[in-house]
Amino acid sequence: MLSTRIIPCLDVDKGRVVKGVNFVDLVDAGDPVEQARLYDAAGADELCFLDITASHEGRDTIFDVVRRTAEQCFMPVTVGGGVRNLDDIRNLLLAGADKTAINTAAVTNPDFVGAAALKFGSQCIVVAIDAKRVDRDGKTAFEVFTHGGRRETGIEAIGWAQRMAELGAGELLLTSMDRDGTKAGFDLELTRAIADAVPIPVIASGGVGTLDHMVEGVREGHASAVLAASIFHFGTYSIAETKAHMRAAGLEVRLDI
Amino acid sequence: MSALKVVIIDYGSGNLRSAEKATARAADDMGGGEVLVSNDPAQLASASHIILPGVGAFRDCRLGLDAVTGMVDALTAQVIGGGKPFLGICVGMQLLATIGREHGDCDGLGWIPGEVAAITPADKTLKIPHMGWNALQFDAAAHPVLAGLRPGDHAYFVHSYGFRADDDADVLAHVDYGGPLTAMVGRANMIGTQFHPEKSQRFGLAFLKAFLEWWP
Repeated sequence: MLSTRIIPCLDVDKGRVVKGVNFVDLVDAGDPVEQARLYDAAGADELCFLDITASHEGRDTIFDVVRRTAEQCFMPVTVGGGVRNLDDIRNLLLAGADKTAINTAAVTNPDFVGAAALKFGSQCIVVAIDAKRVDRDGKTAFEVFTHGGRRETGIEAIGWAQRMAELGAGELLLTSMDRDGTKAGFDLELTRAIADAVPIPVIASGGVGTLDHMVEGVREGHASAVLAASIFHFGTYSIAETKAHMRAAGLEVRLDI
Repeated sequence: MSALKVVIIDYGSGNLRSAEKATARAADDMGGGEVLVSNDPAQLASASHIILPGVGAFRDCRLGLDAVTGMVDALTAQVIGGGKPFLGICVGMQLLATIGREHGDCDGLGWIPGEVAAITPADKTLKIPHMGWNALQFDAAAHPVLAGLRPGDHAYFVHSYGFRADDDADVLAHVDYGGPLTAMVGRANMIGTQFHPEKSQRFGLAFLKAFLEWWP
């Protein structure tokens, strides 16, 4: 049986962890590689780096982070943030990333997703979708947003997800911008609507506050994987506690770390 | 036993850094050895172990391998002729088959008879690619590379096409994904894994070490 993947996400700004584990025994708690090693040892199923570096000059720092991580951690690593062209993807893959997450660039040029999948294979192309509830003629709809949920695109999210899958995305990273940072749980309606509409795996993200939320994301949201940042970073729950809880709820998880 | 020298074949496919680092770590665990990433066919003659990685589409990988002058001949000489231990990873494993069906038919190396065809689980709610950690079930638990490993341990997979061996005896391990999927094939001095040992944490390193300790 395939296990549900538990994926911690690290926000990285100019090569430093912005929101990360507050472990006292770390030599350098701001070093993403140190944190990646901890998650590797703890049995995280994958790791996600989100590069939030705004300045162009700081961009290259992520390659060094990925390179050093790949030398020490033998687990799948996804890198998102600022992936805008084929060279960005190539450089990340060469540095040691297994997958790259495309967000804004997919919205500005959907064919980029197709070109990337053709060039590097669907297995390394994740499309990140930031979706938000909007009112459309008195009915709730889900719409794609960019720029951290600030910029409206007018694109309906479910059809968009299907289009990305058709273009060759191997996986979707779906974040509810309504729930992100709220600890109120995933937007299950959104997650299920998208997961049921596409043949590819969906990673649920945005809103995890309790371990039951993780279970719901899979059982009710039909997600193949769950991503969380805060609950791991601030030590609310460990990877092991998360997996034990999901196993107790009857979900398939990998315990042989 | 001669000295360990692992050659990882570089033919422009995949993330060789991970394969190199994981193999080097496994080699260190057993006292060290040389791990070389190379596109030079001549290096295979002095190799003790050969690894063929591969990600992407079957046809692209086959064309990429053929584009390295002399590599297929050198591989054939050392693996089929010389009997050196060989490990194919992901598409590197799929290339062992007779034929690949991805984006049209394409000949494989034909060293382990079978075809590589799209995964079509009966349960339509199962996602393609088969992506993530799945529990290995050993069909040949006594194989020297598997003997020291634990059935039921998880390995990391990401693929949409699977190896269908003509002869069941060539399937060394499988996983369940709406039915059995081939996880590992093997014949004589050759093995191939659909999963990525270089991405499978503790299990993956133990697997690579078992391969490096194999002198068939």
